[in-house]
Amino acid sequence: MRHNLAEKLVVSETVDEYLAAQEKKSLLRFLTCGSVDDGKSTLIGRLLSDAKQIFEDQLSALERDSRKHGTTGEDIDFALLVDGLEAEREQGITIDVAYRFFATSKRKFIVADTPGHEQYTRNMATGASTADLAIVLVDARQGVLRQTRRHSIIASLLGIRHIVLAVNKIDLVGFDRAVFERIVGEYSRFAQDLGFASVTAIPMSARYGDNVSRRSDETGWYSGPTLIEHLETVDIDEDASGRPFRFPVQYVNRPNLDFRGFAGTVASGAVARGDEIVVAKSGKASRVRRIVAHGGDLERAVEGQAVTLVLEDEVEVSRGNLLVSPATRPQVADQFAANIVWFDEKALLPGRSYILRTETDQASATVTELKYRLDINDFAHAAAKSLEMNEVGFCTISTQSPIAFDPFAENRATGAFILIDRLTNATVGAGMIRHGLRRADNIHWHSLDVTKQARAAAKQQKPTVLWFTGLSGSGKSTIANLLERKLHAGGRHTYLLDGDNIRHGLNRDLGFSEADRVENIRRVAEVARLMADAGLIVLVSFISPFRAERRVARELMSPGEFVEVFVDTPFEECARRDPKGLYARALNGEIKNFTGVDSPYEAPEKPEIHLATLGRTPEEMVDVLEGWLREREIADQHYDEGGGI
Amino acid sequence: MLARLTHLDRLEAEAIHIFREVAATFSKPVMLYSIGKDSSVLLHLAMKAFYPAKPPFPFLHVDTTWKFREMIAFRDEMAQKLGFELLVHVNEDGVRDGINPFDHGSNTHTHVMKTVGLRQALDKYGFDAAFGGARRDEEKARAKERIFSFRNASHAWDPKNQRPEMWKIFNTRVAPGESIRVFPLSNWTELDIWQYILQENIPIVPLYFAKERPVVERDGMLVMRDDDRMKLKPGEVLENRRVRFRTLGCYPLTGAIESDATDLNGIVSEMLVARTSERQGRLIDRDEAGSMEKKKREGYF
Repeated sequence: MRHNLAEKLVVSETVDEYLAAQEKKSLLRFLTCGSVDDGKSTLIGRLLSDAKQIFEDQLSALERDSRKHGTTGEDIDFALLVDGLEAEREQGITIDVAYRFFATSKRKFIVADTPGHEQYTRNMATGASTADLAIVLVDARQGVLRQTRRHSIIASLLGIRHIVLAVNKIDLVGFDRAVFERIVGEYSRFAQDLGFASVTAIPMSARYGDNVSRRSDETGWYSGPTLIEHLETVDIDEDASGRPFRFPVQYVNRPNLDFRGFAGTVASGAVARGDEIVVAKSGKASRVRRIVAHGGDLERAVEGQAVTLVLEDEVEVSRGNLLVSPATRPQVADQFAANIVWFDEKALLPGRSYILRTETDQASATVTELKYRLDINDFAHAAAKSLEMNEVGFCTISTQSPIAFDPFAENRATGAFILIDRLTNATVGAGMIRHGLRRADNIHWHSLDVTKQARAAAKQQKPTVLWFTGLSGSGKSTIANLLERKLHAGGRHTYLLDGDNIRHGLNRDLGFSEADRVENIRRVAEVARLMADAGLIVLVSFISPFRAERRVARELMSPGEFVEVFVDTPFEECARRDPKGLYARALNGEIKNFTGVDSPYEAPEKPEIHLATLGRTPEEMVDVLEGWLREREIADQHYDEGGGI
Repeated sequence: MLARLTHLDRLEAEAIHIFREVAATFSKPVMLYSIGKDSSVLLHLAMKAFYPAKPPFPFLHVDTTWKFREMIAFRDEMAQKLGFELLVHVNEDGVRDGINPFDHGSNTHTHVMKTVGLRQALDKYGFDAAFGGARRDEEKARAKERIFSFRNASHAWDPKNQRPEMWKIFNTRVAPGESIRVFPLSNWTELDIWQYILQENIPIVPLYFAKERPVVERDGMLVMRDDDRMKLKPGEVLENRRVRFRTLGCYPLTGAIESDATDLNGIVSEMLVARTSERQGRLIDRDEAGSMEKKKREGYF
């Protein structure tokens, strides 16, 4: 490109003309993907080199690196140009996505070079999420591989509509047309269900440049475009003008009492001064009074513009809401069905609570049902209890508060979300909403006349959930049982939910896998909540090994209602006591997924009550608990007086 | 019919979106202001993002005490003109130990005065998000970095374990002590920066324009002698040459190029025929292979 520009400048002699030409160029974002060693990085190196986008100092550094780490003998190893991390250069693999920039006389390009290894799928997804087109590379000698399929499926799920099937290393199969056509045939059969708008197959050699920007003399049988010709001309502009107006509110700008603006980026459609808009979640309507931008108000703002809207009326709007066109509104629901790509080493478990984030909104969310896992090879819908790293599945999701959204197929910006682990804050999954579930609309909260307060008052007590957690054999049930006896004797209305007992009834269908344990706790937490609602003091005695589920239980209750009691008995002591003979069997390998043996126990970080049991009797510990309850007036004075009712 | 946004319009909107996202979700953000052209563009975008309000965060300059004098004057002038809150931090330990690029080399100097200085400032104020002007086209380790780039409690970047970054949905959650470096200009190229400066008429330090300046040839670089702390080595001659700078940093570590470009048009036309990258003029990237990645892992921007 630099040569071309230099020549062009001599002709035109003005920078202004050059810049004016630059301004008219459109932007294409694409990624290269496919299996390991299919030549993705090499292709990008070739594109940059052909576009004269590699500077002299970079070229000499590349020559140096090629001698040190290169895998192409005497030739320059272009992969080293994009594999920017030390570990990548040393191992000769791509770990994370690299972004590169180049331009031709027709278009500007941002290209994401993504890793081929299955373990780095999440980095491929990162690159794909912002791309309009994917170049799927296939090694002509290998044909369509597992990763070719996985990447194509992920590209399709993430909303990429245009594919270039680059049949690479065609030189290594003697530029054989039959090989090319066999691969194209195989890929087309596979991709026909993926909903791509276009699949363009090109035979090429990234290493030598055949059909990249130069038409190859060796593939006379191929009459289609070179890669660059195709990238320069492929039409990716969807008809944006027809799409409904969506404006996710990002930030409320309120420098003083006279100005209240809603800042955000127009996600789709357009808005003009005076237009009527509706606040998605509340349905409240208003009009656009001003479209504020630095340097003067605008008459109109379109998809992609970052502006600040001032409304005519004082309607309540905060971050996370959408301003939308009144004619075509988004869905608002707390239950919906979505495709999920899972990124984390810890599997997705139905029932576990995650943080869901859309472009500007955030809510607590659980996967209520995993409908199926998608088989990468044949698209079969496989039954699954969890979704492992790099797997794709379809599930229903429930959020604690409703969110406003469109189906992802209609709007990439308002139909996508990510899931975040509550403890590590890691981004563990990406979701694409297929449709809302009407349940939220149909099952309204029935307002009841007898309230929780009324029920509690009748019992003269404060509803409380005492959640005993600890290893098997730590003494949870013994202590809880003793405490309940004393509370009951004191006239309290109580109920003890015991892990073993519940597993005989309500949870008899559940085993001890991680997924079942999560569901086990979810159900018990819901039951405890109902009982607290009935005004009871509930004692829950469950191993409940995972912090995430205990946190979910806590969040289900009213503030202050949940009391986490950590019955802290060391593993060795529990195994020594072994009241049910379970440790002996687990240590022998006869019981699988036994907490503390081959399944983890995550100790509470800040329990309300921490009972270190070694050297203390159950009675002493119950005294501690009673003292704690009395201080907080959960067991109030007439209990102190020792009298019944 | 919708007006089509230009390439620059899109880059601008993306950067503004990122600024607002940080302001809405972090409790204590800061913008690193290093006075160069990228910082000037970043500052301009920050002013736009929150208009009519001022940016709701302060601007931090980590002063190594070896910046060009014209940079410091420009910094103070901009702070006064635009009325933003400017924090200046100097690593006083480094000053006390007399750390300088001549005696201790570019590596030690940059590490102590810039990287450690930055870590000190971030800890001192407890910032949980820091904007920087880095671009992915600058360097190959930067080409790999997320827009929202997670740092652990000791400010280190773990390049092998970056958070996925999907669409425009940014994970802004951090535990106490952890932070995020945020790069609104990630997708801009050097040419985009100049084009935008031209289009928006953004003020920049005059050192970017060619002028007669006192320079010495040293280690294959033209070094401007900005004050008398720089001693001439035997055989070195100070001469006035018509030069400008493509990037700005510590003056002893920043190479000048000979040029006749006295205005933005001139700069852009020189750039279009350039045969070397802008970081070629930076001594710190050349010291060792993987130099930038190493610095970033230690907490450098």
